[in-house]
Amino acid sequence: MGMTFAEKILAKYGGERQVTPGQIVTVSPDHLLTHDNTAAIVQKIQEELEKYGIYNKTFPVVVLDHVIPAASEKTARNHKIIRDFVKKHGIKNFFDIGIGICHQVMIEKGLALPGKLLLGSDSHTCSYGAVGAFSSGIDRTEAAALMLTGETWLKVPSSIKITLKGKLKSGVMAKDVILHIIGDISASGATYCSVEFTGNIKQFSVDDRFTIANMGVEMGAKNAYFPPDEITTSYLDQIGIARSSYTPVFPDRDASYDMELEYDLSNMVPMIACPHSVDNVRKVDEVAGIEINQCLIGTCTNGRVSDLQITARILKGKKVHPDVRLLILPASKKVYEEALRNGIIEILVKAGAVILPPGCGPCLGAHQGVLAPGERCLSTANRNFKGRMGCKEAEIYLSSPATAAVSAIYGVITDPREVIKT
Amino acid sequence: MRIWKYGDNINTDMLFPGKYTYTCSTPEEIKPHLLEDLDPLFAKNVKEGDIILAGRNFGCGSSREQPVVGLKAVGIKAVIAKSFARIFYRAAINQGLLLIECPEAVDAYSEGDKIEINAEKGIIKIGDKRFSFPSLPPEILAIRDAGGLLSYTKLKLRKK
Repeated sequence: MGMTFAEKILAKYGGERQVTPGQIVTVSPDHLLTHDNTAAIVQKIQEELEKYGIYNKTFPVVVLDHVIPAASEKTARNHKIIRDFVKKHGIKNFFDIGIGICHQVMIEKGLALPGKLLLGSDSHTCSYGAVGAFSSGIDRTEAAALMLTGETWLKVPSSIKITLKGKLKSGVMAKDVILHIIGDISASGATYCSVEFTGNIKQFSVDDRFTIANMGVEMGAKNAYFPPDEITTSYLDQIGIARSSYTPVFPDRDASYDMELEYDLSNMVPMIACPHSVDNVRKVDEVAGIEINQCLIGTCTNGRVSDLQITARILKGKKVHPDVRLLILPASKKVYEEALRNGIIEILVKAGAVILPPGCGPCLGAHQGVLAPGERCLSTANRNFKGRMGCKEAEIYLSSPATAAVSAIYGVITDPREVIKT
Repeated sequence: MRIWKYGDNINTDMLFPGKYTYTCSTPEEIKPHLLEDLDPLFAKNVKEGDIILAGRNFGCGSSREQPVVGLKAVGIKAVIAKSFARIFYRAAINQGLLLIECPEAVDAYSEGDKIEINAEKGIIKIGDKRFSFPSLPPEILAIRDAGGLLSYTKLKLRKK
Protein backbone atom coordinates (compact mmCIF):
# COMPACT_ATOMS: atom_id res chain seq x y z
CA MET A 1 0.00 0.00 0.00
CA GLY A 2 1.44 3.38 -1.00
CA MET A 3 2.08 6.10 1.54
CA THR A 4 1.51 9.86 1.46
CA PHE A 5 4.34 12.30 2.20
CA ALA A 6 3.36 12.55 5.87
CA GLU A 7 3.07 8.77 6.24
CA LYS A 8 6.45 8.22 4.60
CA ILE A 9 8.34 10.77 6.63
CA LEU A 10 6.74 9.74 9.92
CA ALA A 11 7.48 6.08 9.13
CA LYS A 12 11.12 7.07 8.50
CA TYR A 13 11.47 9.06 11.72
CA GLY A 14 9.34 6.66 13.72
CA GLY A 15 11.45 3.66 12.70
CA GLU A 16 8.49 1.86 11.11
CA ARG A 17 8.20 0.29 7.67
CA GLN A 18 4.59 1.30 7.22
CA VAL A 19 2.33 3.63 9.16
CA THR A 20 -1.35 4.50 8.81
CA PRO A 21 -3.33 7.59 9.80
CA GLY A 22 -4.15 7.69 13.50
CA GLN A 23 -1.05 5.72 14.49
CA ILE A 24 1.18 7.28 17.17
CA VAL A 25 4.92 7.34 16.49
CA THR A 26 7.80 8.49 18.67
CA VAL A 27 10.14 10.77 16.73
CA SER A 28 13.39 12.68 17.18
CA PRO A 29 13.09 15.81 15.05
CA ASP A 30 16.16 17.32 13.35
CA HIS A 31 15.64 20.67 15.06
CA LEU A 32 13.45 22.43 17.58
CA LEU A 33 12.67 26.08 16.85
CA THR A 34 11.90 28.54 19.64
CA HIS A 35 11.88 32.35 19.58
CA ASP A 36 11.22 35.06 22.17
CA ASN A 37 9.22 32.42 24.01
CA THR A 38 12.50 30.62 24.82
CA ALA A 39 12.63 32.57 28.11
CA ALA A 40 9.29 31.16 29.26
CA ILE A 41 10.29 27.71 27.99
CA VAL A 42 13.60 27.44 29.84
CA GLN A 43 12.09 28.84 33.03
CA LYS A 44 9.84 25.77 33.16
CA ILE A 45 12.83 23.42 33.30
CA GLN A 46 15.55 25.31 35.16
CA GLU A 47 16.24 22.58 37.67
CA GLU A 48 16.39 19.87 34.98
CA LEU A 49 18.64 22.00 32.77
CA GLU A 50 21.07 22.31 35.69
CA LYS A 51 20.95 18.60 36.33
CA TYR A 52 20.78 17.03 32.86
CA GLY A 53 21.72 19.84 30.44
CA ILE A 54 20.08 20.24 27.05
CA TYR A 55 19.59 17.28 24.76
CA ASN A 56 22.05 18.45 22.14
CA LYS A 57 23.76 21.80 21.41
CA THR A 58 22.91 21.80 17.69
CA PHE A 59 19.29 20.68 18.19
CA PRO A 60 17.60 23.93 19.31
CA VAL A 61 17.35 26.89 16.96
CA VAL A 62 16.71 30.09 18.90
CA VAL A 63 15.70 33.22 16.99
CA LEU A 64 14.85 36.57 18.60
CA ASP A 65 12.17 38.07 16.36
CA HIS A 66 8.82 38.57 18.05
CA VAL A 67 9.35 41.78 19.98
CA ILE A 68 12.58 43.26 18.60
CA PRO A 69 14.25 45.52 19.56
CA ALA A 70 12.76 45.04 23.02
CA ALA A 71 9.68 47.21 23.51
CA SER A 72 9.70 47.30 27.31
CA GLU A 73 11.76 46.38 30.33
CA LYS A 74 9.86 43.09 30.54
CA THR A 75 10.64 42.07 26.95
CA ALA A 76 14.25 43.24 27.40
CA ARG A 77 14.55 40.98 30.45
CA ASN A 78 13.17 38.09 28.38
CA HIS A 79 15.82 38.66 25.73
CA LYS A 80 18.51 38.79 28.40
CA ILE A 81 17.36 35.49 29.92
CA ILE A 82 17.54 33.95 26.44
CA ARG A 83 21.03 35.29 25.67
CA ASP A 84 22.29 34.03 29.05
CA PHE A 85 20.74 30.59 28.39
CA VAL A 86 22.30 30.42 24.93
CA LYS A 87 25.77 31.27 26.32
CA LYS A 88 25.55 28.95 29.28
CA HIS A 89 24.46 25.93 27.25
CA GLY A 90 26.54 26.66 24.17
CA ILE A 91 23.54 26.69 21.80
CA LYS A 92 25.01 26.62 18.29
CA ASN A 93 22.07 27.97 16.31
CA PHE A 94 21.29 31.31 17.92
CA PHE A 95 20.17 34.33 15.90
CA ASP A 96 19.93 37.57 17.84
CA ILE A 97 17.63 40.48 16.91
CA GLY A 98 17.82 41.76 13.36
CA ILE A 99 18.74 38.50 11.63
CA GLY A 100 15.18 37.76 10.67
CA ILE A 101 11.81 36.22 11.37
CA CYS A 102 12.37 32.70 12.69
CA HIS A 103 10.71 30.87 9.78
CA GLN A 104 12.66 32.81 7.19
CA VAL A 105 15.86 32.15 9.15
CA MET A 106 15.14 28.40 9.28
CA ILE A 107 15.00 28.23 5.49
CA GLU A 108 17.71 30.81 4.68
CA LYS A 109 20.24 29.18 6.99
CA GLY A 110 19.56 25.74 5.53
CA LEU A 111 18.18 24.37 8.81
CA ALA A 112 14.91 23.31 7.19
CA LEU A 113 15.69 21.02 4.27
CA PRO A 114 13.83 18.53 2.08
CA GLY A 115 12.97 15.31 3.90
CA LYS A 116 13.72 16.71 7.39
CA LEU A 117 11.39 16.76 10.39
CA LEU A 118 11.16 19.98 12.36
CA LEU A 119 9.02 21.15 15.26
CA GLY A 120 8.72 24.66 16.61
CA SER A 121 6.87 26.54 19.32
CA ASP A 122 5.18 28.75 16.75
CA SER A 123 2.11 27.91 14.71
CA HIS A 124 3.66 29.01 11.40
CA THR A 125 6.38 26.38 11.70
CA CYS A 126 4.37 24.64 8.95
CA SER A 127 6.13 26.99 6.47
CA TYR A 128 9.06 24.64 5.73
CA GLY A 129 6.93 22.41 3.55
CA ALA A 130 7.93 25.06 1.00
CA VAL A 131 11.20 23.15 0.61
CA GLY A 132 9.71 19.70 1.19
CA ALA A 133 10.27 19.35 4.95
CA PHE A 134 7.69 18.06 7.43
CA SER A 135 7.26 20.80 9.99
CA SER A 136 4.64 21.58 12.57
CA GLY A 137 3.86 23.84 15.50
CA ILE A 138 3.80 22.81 19.16
CA ASP A 139 3.25 24.59 22.49
CA ARG A 140 5.85 25.93 24.93
CA THR A 141 5.61 23.02 27.36
CA GLU A 142 6.29 20.52 24.62
CA ALA A 143 9.24 22.64 23.45
CA ALA A 144 10.56 22.52 27.04
CA ALA A 145 10.33 18.72 27.10
CA LEU A 146 11.99 18.48 23.69
CA MET A 147 14.81 20.75 24.85
CA LEU A 148 15.61 18.09 27.48
CA THR A 149 14.89 14.83 25.66
CA GLY A 150 14.95 15.54 21.91
CA GLU A 151 11.93 13.34 21.31
CA THR A 152 8.14 13.46 21.28
CA TRP A 153 5.09 11.69 19.87
CA LEU A 154 3.24 12.54 16.69
CA LYS A 155 -0.01 11.16 15.37
CA VAL A 156 0.16 10.17 11.71
CA PRO A 157 -2.27 12.57 10.02
CA SER A 158 -4.72 11.91 7.21
CA SER A 159 -3.70 13.66 4.02
CA ILE A 160 -5.34 16.06 1.60
CA LYS A 161 -4.04 16.43 -1.95
CA ILE A 162 -4.51 19.80 -3.64
CA THR A 163 -3.77 19.89 -7.36
CA LEU A 164 -3.11 23.35 -8.77
CA LYS A 165 -3.81 23.47 -12.51
CA GLY A 166 -3.41 26.24 -15.07
CA LYS A 167 -1.37 29.39 -14.70
CA LEU A 168 -1.96 32.52 -12.61
CA LYS A 169 -2.71 35.70 -14.51
CA SER A 170 -0.77 38.91 -14.04
CA GLY A 171 -1.61 40.71 -10.79
CA VAL A 172 -2.70 37.48 -9.07
CA MET A 173 -0.18 36.07 -6.59
CA ALA A 174 0.51 32.95 -4.50
CA LYS A 175 -1.20 34.73 -1.57
CA ASP A 176 -4.41 34.94 -3.58
CA VAL A 177 -4.21 31.19 -4.22
CA ILE A 178 -3.99 30.29 -0.55
CA LEU A 179 -6.67 32.84 0.45
CA HIS A 180 -8.94 31.38 -2.23
CA ILE A 181 -8.38 27.83 -0.94
CA ILE A 182 -8.94 28.78 2.72
CA GLY A 183 -12.09 30.67 1.73
CA ASP A 184 -13.23 27.54 -0.04
CA ILE A 185 -12.50 24.84 2.55
CA SER A 186 -12.76 27.07 5.68
CA ALA A 187 -10.46 27.77 8.62
CA SER A 188 -11.00 24.23 9.86
CA GLY A 189 -11.11 22.52 6.45
CA ALA A 190 -7.76 20.76 6.89
CA THR A 191 -7.75 20.30 10.69
CA TYR A 192 -5.29 17.59 11.86
CA CYS A 193 -4.39 16.89 8.17
CA SER A 194 -1.23 16.97 6.12
CA VAL A 195 -1.77 19.02 2.96
CA GLU A 196 0.20 18.16 -0.19
CA PHE A 197 0.31 20.59 -3.09
CA THR A 198 0.92 19.25 -6.57
CA GLY A 199 0.15 20.04 -10.21
CA ASN A 200 1.54 23.02 -12.08
CA ILE A 201 3.77 24.13 -9.19
CA LYS A 202 6.71 25.02 -11.45
CA GLN A 203 5.24 28.52 -11.69
CA PHE A 204 5.88 28.98 -7.97
CA SER A 205 9.27 30.06 -6.62
CA VAL A 206 10.39 28.99 -3.14
CA ASP A 207 9.12 32.43 -1.98
CA ASP A 208 5.64 31.68 -3.36
CA ARG A 209 5.61 28.17 -1.88
CA PHE A 210 6.64 29.68 1.46
CA THR A 211 3.61 32.02 1.37
CA ILE A 212 1.25 29.12 0.67
CA ALA A 213 2.76 26.64 3.16
CA ASN A 214 2.96 29.37 5.83
CA MET A 215 -0.83 29.68 5.79
CA GLY A 216 -1.45 25.93 6.03
CA VAL A 217 -2.23 26.34 9.73
CA GLU A 218 -4.92 28.91 8.85
CA MET A 219 -6.97 26.02 7.48
CA GLY A 220 -6.05 23.84 10.45
CA ALA A 221 -3.35 21.78 8.71
CA LYS A 222 -0.62 20.01 10.65
CA ASN A 223 1.84 20.63 7.82
CA ALA A 224 1.78 21.74 4.19
CA TYR A 225 4.15 20.27 1.59
CA PHE A 226 5.49 21.02 -1.87
CA PRO A 227 7.41 18.13 -3.46
CA PRO A 228 11.01 19.30 -3.92
CA ASP A 229 12.01 19.84 -7.57
CA GLU A 230 14.70 21.69 -9.51
CA ILE A 231 13.34 25.01 -8.20
CA THR A 232 13.95 23.79 -4.64
CA THR A 233 17.40 22.37 -5.34
CA SER A 234 18.58 25.42 -7.27
CA TYR A 235 17.40 27.64 -4.37
CA LEU A 236 19.32 25.45 -1.92
CA ASP A 237 22.41 25.41 -4.20
CA GLN A 238 22.27 29.17 -4.26
CA ILE A 239 22.29 29.46 -0.46
CA GLY A 240 25.24 27.07 -0.31
CA ILE A 241 23.59 23.83 0.81
CA ALA A 242 25.32 20.70 -0.48
CA ARG A 243 22.96 18.30 -2.26
CA SER A 244 24.43 15.48 -0.20
CA SER A 245 23.06 17.03 2.99
CA TYR A 246 19.41 16.19 2.28
CA THR A 247 17.27 13.40 0.85
CA PRO A 248 13.86 14.49 -0.43
CA VAL A 249 10.82 12.42 0.50
CA PHE A 250 8.02 12.05 -2.04
CA PRO A 251 4.54 10.54 -1.70
CA ASP A 252 3.93 7.21 -3.46
CA ARG A 253 1.83 7.28 -6.61
CA ASP A 254 -0.75 4.95 -5.07
CA ALA A 255 -0.99 6.80 -1.73
CA SER A 256 -4.46 7.23 -0.34
CA TYR A 257 -5.94 10.64 0.48
CA ASP A 258 -8.88 11.64 2.62
CA MET A 259 -9.77 14.39 0.19
CA GLU A 260 -8.52 15.44 -3.24
CA LEU A 261 -9.14 18.97 -4.47
CA GLU A 262 -8.37 20.65 -7.75
CA TYR A 263 -8.14 24.36 -8.52
CA ASP A 264 -7.76 26.08 -11.89
CA LEU A 265 -5.36 28.95 -11.25
CA SER A 266 -6.15 30.65 -14.56
CA ASN A 267 -9.59 31.56 -13.14
CA MET A 268 -8.25 32.96 -9.88
CA VAL A 269 -8.48 36.66 -9.03
CA PRO A 270 -6.98 38.79 -6.23
CA MET A 271 -8.63 37.87 -2.93
CA ILE A 272 -9.13 39.64 0.39
CA ALA A 273 -9.69 38.00 3.78
CA CYS A 274 -12.11 40.29 5.61
CA PRO A 275 -12.41 40.76 9.39
CA HIS A 276 -12.25 38.81 11.65
CA SER A 277 -11.37 35.41 10.23
CA VAL A 278 -8.99 34.20 7.55
CA ASP A 279 -11.73 32.22 5.79
CA ASN A 280 -13.98 35.27 5.41
CA VAL A 281 -12.63 35.69 1.89
CA ARG A 282 -14.03 37.91 -0.88
CA LYS A 283 -12.93 38.73 -4.41
CA VAL A 284 -11.16 42.08 -4.39
CA ASP A 285 -13.85 43.81 -6.49
CA GLU A 286 -16.47 42.96 -3.84
CA VAL A 287 -14.63 45.01 -1.22
CA ALA A 288 -12.89 47.56 -3.43
CA GLY A 289 -13.33 51.13 -2.19
CA ILE A 290 -13.09 50.37 1.54
CA GLU A 291 -10.91 53.04 3.14
CA ILE A 292 -7.72 51.98 4.90
CA ASN A 293 -5.53 53.75 7.46
CA GLN A 294 -2.51 51.45 7.46
CA CYS A 295 -0.86 49.00 5.07
CA LEU A 296 1.56 46.36 6.28
CA ILE A 297 3.65 44.66 3.60
CA GLY A 298 6.05 41.96 4.72
CA THR A 299 6.04 39.43 7.62
CA CYS A 300 6.87 35.72 7.38
CA THR A 301 4.02 35.33 4.90
CA ASN A 302 5.03 37.96 2.33
CA GLY A 303 8.29 39.63 3.37
CA ARG A 304 10.71 38.22 0.81
CA VAL A 305 12.60 39.95 -2.00
CA SER A 306 10.04 39.03 -4.67
CA ASP A 307 7.26 40.50 -2.48
CA LEU A 308 9.16 43.74 -1.94
CA GLN A 309 10.09 43.82 -5.62
CA ILE A 310 6.49 43.87 -6.80
CA THR A 311 5.69 46.44 -4.11
CA ALA A 312 8.52 48.68 -5.39
CA ARG A 313 7.45 48.16 -9.00
CA ILE A 314 4.01 49.48 -8.11
CA LEU A 315 5.19 52.34 -5.89
CA LYS A 316 8.05 53.55 -8.11
CA GLY A 317 7.64 57.29 -8.67
CA LYS A 318 4.34 57.30 -6.74
CA LYS A 319 3.38 58.48 -3.26
CA VAL A 320 1.55 56.62 -0.53
CA HIS A 321 -1.89 58.18 0.05
CA PRO A 322 -1.64 60.94 2.71
CA ASP A 323 -4.17 59.18 4.97
CA VAL A 324 -2.30 55.85 4.86
CA ARG A 325 0.75 54.68 6.84
CA LEU A 326 2.69 52.13 4.81
CA LEU A 327 4.85 49.80 6.92
CA ILE A 328 7.39 47.52 5.25
CA LEU A 329 8.61 44.50 7.17
CA PRO A 330 11.41 42.57 5.43
CA ALA A 331 11.47 38.93 6.56
CA SER A 332 15.22 38.94 7.22
CA LYS A 333 18.49 40.86 7.17
CA LYS A 334 19.38 38.97 4.01
CA VAL A 335 16.16 40.12 2.33
CA TYR A 336 16.76 43.66 3.63
CA GLU A 337 20.30 43.71 2.23
CA GLU A 338 19.23 42.47 -1.16
CA ALA A 339 16.41 45.01 -1.26
CA LEU A 340 18.97 47.72 -0.44
CA ARG A 341 21.30 46.53 -3.21
CA ASN A 342 18.46 46.42 -5.75
CA GLY A 343 17.29 49.94 -4.93
CA ILE A 344 13.95 48.59 -3.66
CA ILE A 345 14.26 50.22 -0.23
CA GLU A 346 15.07 53.61 -1.76
CA ILE A 347 11.95 53.46 -3.96
CA LEU A 348 9.78 52.49 -1.00
CA VAL A 349 11.18 55.14 1.34
CA LYS A 350 10.77 57.83 -1.35
CA ALA A 351 7.16 56.73 -1.81
CA GLY A 352 6.60 57.34 1.91
CA ALA A 353 7.00 53.90 3.46
CA VAL A 354 8.35 53.28 6.96
CA ILE A 355 10.83 50.39 7.03
CA LEU A 356 10.63 48.21 10.15
CA PRO A 357 13.39 45.91 11.43
CA PRO A 358 13.14 42.25 10.31
CA GLY A 359 10.88 40.79 13.00
CA CYS A 360 7.24 40.15 13.81
CA GLY A 361 6.45 43.71 14.93
CA PRO A 362 2.85 44.73 14.37
CA CYS A 363 1.67 41.32 13.12
CA LEU A 364 0.80 40.15 16.64
CA GLY A 365 0.06 43.58 18.03
CA ALA A 366 3.02 43.66 20.40
CA HIS A 367 4.48 46.96 19.11
CA GLN A 368 5.41 48.94 15.96
CA GLY A 369 2.18 49.74 14.18
CA VAL A 370 -0.54 48.89 16.69
CA LEU A 371 -3.95 50.11 15.47
CA ALA A 372 -6.38 52.56 17.08
CA PRO A 373 -10.10 51.85 17.59
CA GLY A 374 -12.03 52.23 14.34
CA GLU A 375 -8.94 51.93 12.15
CA ARG A 376 -8.50 49.55 9.23
CA CYS A 377 -5.31 47.85 8.15
CA LEU A 378 -4.67 46.01 4.89
CA SER A 379 -1.94 43.53 5.69
CA THR A 380 0.00 40.82 3.86
CA ALA A 381 0.34 38.84 7.11
CA ASN A 382 -1.45 35.59 7.82
CA ARG A 383 -4.04 36.48 10.49
CA ASN A 384 -6.83 39.01 10.81
CA PHE A 385 -8.31 37.89 14.12
CA LYS A 386 -10.06 40.49 16.23
CA GLY A 387 -7.45 42.22 18.39
CA ARG A 388 -4.57 40.65 16.48
CA MET A 389 -2.86 43.98 15.84
CA GLY A 390 -3.30 45.12 19.41
CA CYS A 391 -6.79 46.66 19.29
CA LYS A 392 -10.08 44.79 19.35
CA GLU A 393 -12.01 47.70 17.82
CA ALA A 394 -9.80 47.76 14.71
CA GLU A 395 -10.25 45.78 11.50
CA ILE A 396 -7.65 43.79 9.59
CA TYR A 397 -7.97 42.78 5.94
CA LEU A 398 -5.45 40.38 4.35
CA SER A 399 -4.18 40.50 0.78
CA SER A 400 -1.22 39.95 -1.52
CA PRO A 401 1.62 42.50 -1.60
CA ALA A 402 0.42 43.69 -5.04
CA THR A 403 -3.08 44.45 -3.74
CA ALA A 404 -1.67 46.11 -0.61
CA ALA A 405 0.79 48.27 -2.58
CA VAL A 406 -1.82 49.51 -5.05
CA SER A 407 -4.29 50.14 -2.22
CA ALA A 408 -1.64 52.15 -0.31
CA ILE A 409 -1.50 54.59 -3.23
CA TYR A 410 -5.26 55.06 -3.48
CA GLY A 411 -6.10 54.89 0.23
CA VAL A 412 -8.86 52.37 -0.47
CA ILE A 413 -8.83 48.65 -1.23
CA THR A 414 -8.06 48.49 -4.95
CA ASP A 415 -7.82 45.70 -7.53
CA PRO A 416 -4.10 45.50 -8.44
CA ARG A 417 -4.97 44.45 -11.98
CA GLU A 418 -6.04 48.04 -12.61
CA VAL A 419 -2.38 49.03 -12.29
CA ILE A 420 -0.51 45.89 -13.32
CA LYS A 421 -1.52 45.51 -16.92
CA THR A 422 1.34 43.34 -18.13
CA MET B 1 -21.49 25.10 37.86
CA ARG B 2 -21.82 27.44 34.92
CA ILE B 3 -21.78 26.61 31.21
CA TRP B 4 -20.02 29.17 29.04
CA LYS B 5 -21.25 28.76 25.45
CA TYR B 6 -19.39 30.10 22.42
CA GLY B 7 -19.47 29.62 18.63
CA ASP B 8 -17.12 28.35 15.92
CA ASN B 9 -13.47 29.30 15.35
CA ILE B 10 -12.77 30.69 18.83
CA ASN B 11 -9.14 31.61 18.20
CA THR B 12 -6.20 32.10 20.52
CA ASP B 13 -6.39 35.90 20.24
CA MET B 14 -9.96 35.77 21.59
CA LEU B 15 -8.87 33.38 24.35
CA PHE B 16 -5.80 35.41 25.28
CA PRO B 17 -4.80 38.56 23.33
CA GLY B 18 -1.46 38.35 21.51
CA LYS B 19 -0.29 41.67 22.92
CA TYR B 20 0.24 39.98 26.31
CA THR B 21 2.13 36.98 24.92
CA TYR B 22 5.55 38.17 26.04
CA THR B 23 4.51 39.94 29.21
CA CYS B 24 2.28 37.34 30.90
CA SER B 25 3.20 33.71 31.35
CA THR B 26 2.37 32.66 34.91
CA PRO B 27 -1.21 31.52 35.73
CA GLU B 28 -1.73 34.59 37.96
CA GLU B 29 -0.64 36.95 35.15
CA ILE B 30 -2.79 35.14 32.59
CA LYS B 31 -6.08 34.81 34.54
CA PRO B 32 -7.33 38.44 34.33
CA HIS B 33 -6.92 38.49 30.53
CA LEU B 34 -8.66 35.21 29.71
CA LEU B 35 -11.23 35.67 26.92
CA GLU B 36 -10.76 39.43 27.33
CA ASP B 37 -11.78 40.36 23.75
CA LEU B 38 -14.49 37.68 23.46
CA ASP B 39 -16.37 37.85 26.75
CA PRO B 40 -15.24 40.41 29.35
CA LEU B 41 -17.47 38.79 31.98
CA PHE B 42 -15.65 35.45 31.77
CA ALA B 43 -12.51 36.32 33.75
CA LYS B 44 -14.59 38.07 36.43
CA ASN B 45 -17.16 35.36 36.96
CA VAL B 46 -15.61 32.02 36.04
CA LYS B 47 -15.59 29.48 38.91
CA GLU B 48 -13.86 26.18 39.55
CA GLY B 49 -15.83 23.35 37.90
CA ASP B 50 -17.34 25.48 35.09
CA ILE B 51 -17.55 24.03 31.58
CA ILE B 52 -16.97 25.64 28.17
CA LEU B 53 -19.13 24.51 25.27
CA ALA B 54 -18.12 25.58 21.75
CA GLY B 55 -18.42 24.93 18.04
CA ARG B 56 -15.84 23.91 15.46
CA ASN B 57 -12.10 24.62 15.51
CA PHE B 58 -11.81 25.79 19.13
CA GLY B 59 -8.34 27.19 19.91
CA CYS B 60 -7.28 27.87 16.33
CA GLY B 61 -4.49 30.32 15.60
CA SER B 62 -1.27 30.83 17.48
CA SER B 63 0.75 28.22 19.38
CA ARG B 64 0.57 30.29 22.56
CA GLU B 65 -0.26 28.08 25.52
CA GLN B 66 -1.50 30.80 27.87
CA PRO B 67 -5.17 30.06 27.05
CA VAL B 68 -4.72 26.43 28.14
CA VAL B 69 -2.67 27.31 31.22
CA GLY B 70 -5.24 29.95 32.15
CA LEU B 71 -8.33 27.76 31.64
CA LYS B 72 -6.71 25.05 33.72
CA ALA B 73 -5.75 27.55 36.44
CA VAL B 74 -9.25 28.99 36.83
CA GLY B 75 -10.56 25.43 37.21
CA ILE B 76 -12.41 24.81 33.93
CA LYS B 77 -13.52 21.20 34.25
CA ALA B 78 -13.66 20.53 30.50
CA VAL B 79 -14.02 22.18 27.13
CA ILE B 80 -16.59 20.36 24.99
CA ALA B 81 -16.43 21.36 21.34
CA LYS B 82 -17.35 20.13 17.87
CA SER B 83 -13.63 20.10 17.03
CA PHE B 84 -10.34 21.53 18.28
CA ALA B 85 -7.33 23.04 16.51
CA ARG B 86 -4.39 20.67 16.79
CA ILE B 87 -1.80 22.76 18.66
CA PHE B 88 -4.43 23.68 21.26
CA TYR B 89 -5.36 20.00 21.56
CA ARG B 90 -1.74 18.99 22.19
CA ALA B 91 -1.26 21.85 24.65
CA ALA B 92 -4.30 20.67 26.61
CA ILE B 93 -2.87 17.15 26.89
CA ASN B 94 0.42 18.67 28.03
CA GLN B 95 -1.29 20.73 30.76
CA GLY B 96 -3.81 18.06 31.75
CA LEU B 97 -6.87 20.07 30.66
CA LEU B 98 -9.78 17.84 29.62
CA LEU B 99 -10.97 18.43 26.05
CA ILE B 100 -13.95 16.52 24.69
CA GLU B 101 -14.61 16.43 20.97
CA CYS B 102 -18.31 15.62 20.69
CA PRO B 103 -20.37 17.55 18.11
CA GLU B 104 -23.59 15.73 19.04
CA ALA B 105 -23.34 16.84 22.66
CA VAL B 106 -22.76 20.47 21.64
CA ASP B 107 -25.83 20.37 19.38
CA ALA B 108 -27.97 18.69 22.04
CA TYR B 109 -27.36 21.36 24.68
CA SER B 110 -30.00 23.95 25.40
CA GLU B 111 -29.83 26.80 27.90
CA GLY B 112 -30.35 25.53 31.44
CA ASP B 113 -29.40 21.89 30.76
CA LYS B 114 -27.22 20.22 33.38
CA ILE B 115 -23.98 18.65 32.15
CA GLU B 116 -22.34 15.66 33.81
CA ILE B 117 -19.02 14.27 32.63
CA ASN B 118 -17.52 10.88 33.39
CA ALA B 119 -14.03 11.15 31.91
CA GLU B 120 -13.02 7.59 32.90
CA LYS B 121 -15.94 5.99 31.08
CA GLY B 122 -16.01 8.57 28.28
CA ILE B 123 -19.62 9.62 28.86
CA ILE B 124 -21.32 13.03 28.88
CA LYS B 125 -24.87 13.52 30.11
CA ILE B 126 -26.67 16.60 28.85
CA GLY B 127 -30.07 16.94 30.48
CA ASP B 128 -31.41 13.39 30.02
CA LYS B 129 -29.35 12.58 26.90
CA ARG B 130 -26.16 10.51 27.00
CA PHE B 131 -23.22 10.75 24.61
CA SER B 132 -19.96 8.84 24.50
CA PHE B 133 -16.58 10.12 23.47
CA PRO B 134 -13.47 8.06 22.61
CA SER B 135 -10.64 7.69 25.08
CA LEU B 136 -7.12 8.91 24.26
CA PRO B 137 -4.48 6.39 23.08
CA PRO B 138 -2.52 4.82 26.00
CA GLU B 139 0.75 6.60 25.08
CA ILE B 140 -1.02 9.92 25.53
CA LEU B 141 -3.05 9.00 28.59
CA ALA B 142 0.29 8.27 30.26
CA ILE B 143 1.21 11.94 29.86
CA ARG B 144 -2.08 13.12 31.31
CA ASP B 145 -1.92 10.61 34.15
CA ALA B 146 1.57 11.78 35.10
CA GLY B 147 0.05 15.23 35.67
CA GLY B 148 1.04 16.73 32.33
CA LEU B 149 4.06 16.63 30.05
CA LEU B 150 6.55 18.33 32.37
CA SER B 151 6.01 15.86 35.20
CA TYR B 152 6.04 13.01 32.67
CA THR B 153 9.36 14.19 31.22
CA LYS B 154 10.92 14.75 34.64
CA LEU B 155 9.93 11.21 35.62
CA LYS B 156 11.41 9.84 32.41
CA LEU B 157 14.70 11.68 32.97
CA ARG B 158 14.94 10.44 36.54
CA LYS B 159 14.48 6.83 35.39
CA LYS B 160 17.31 7.20 32.88
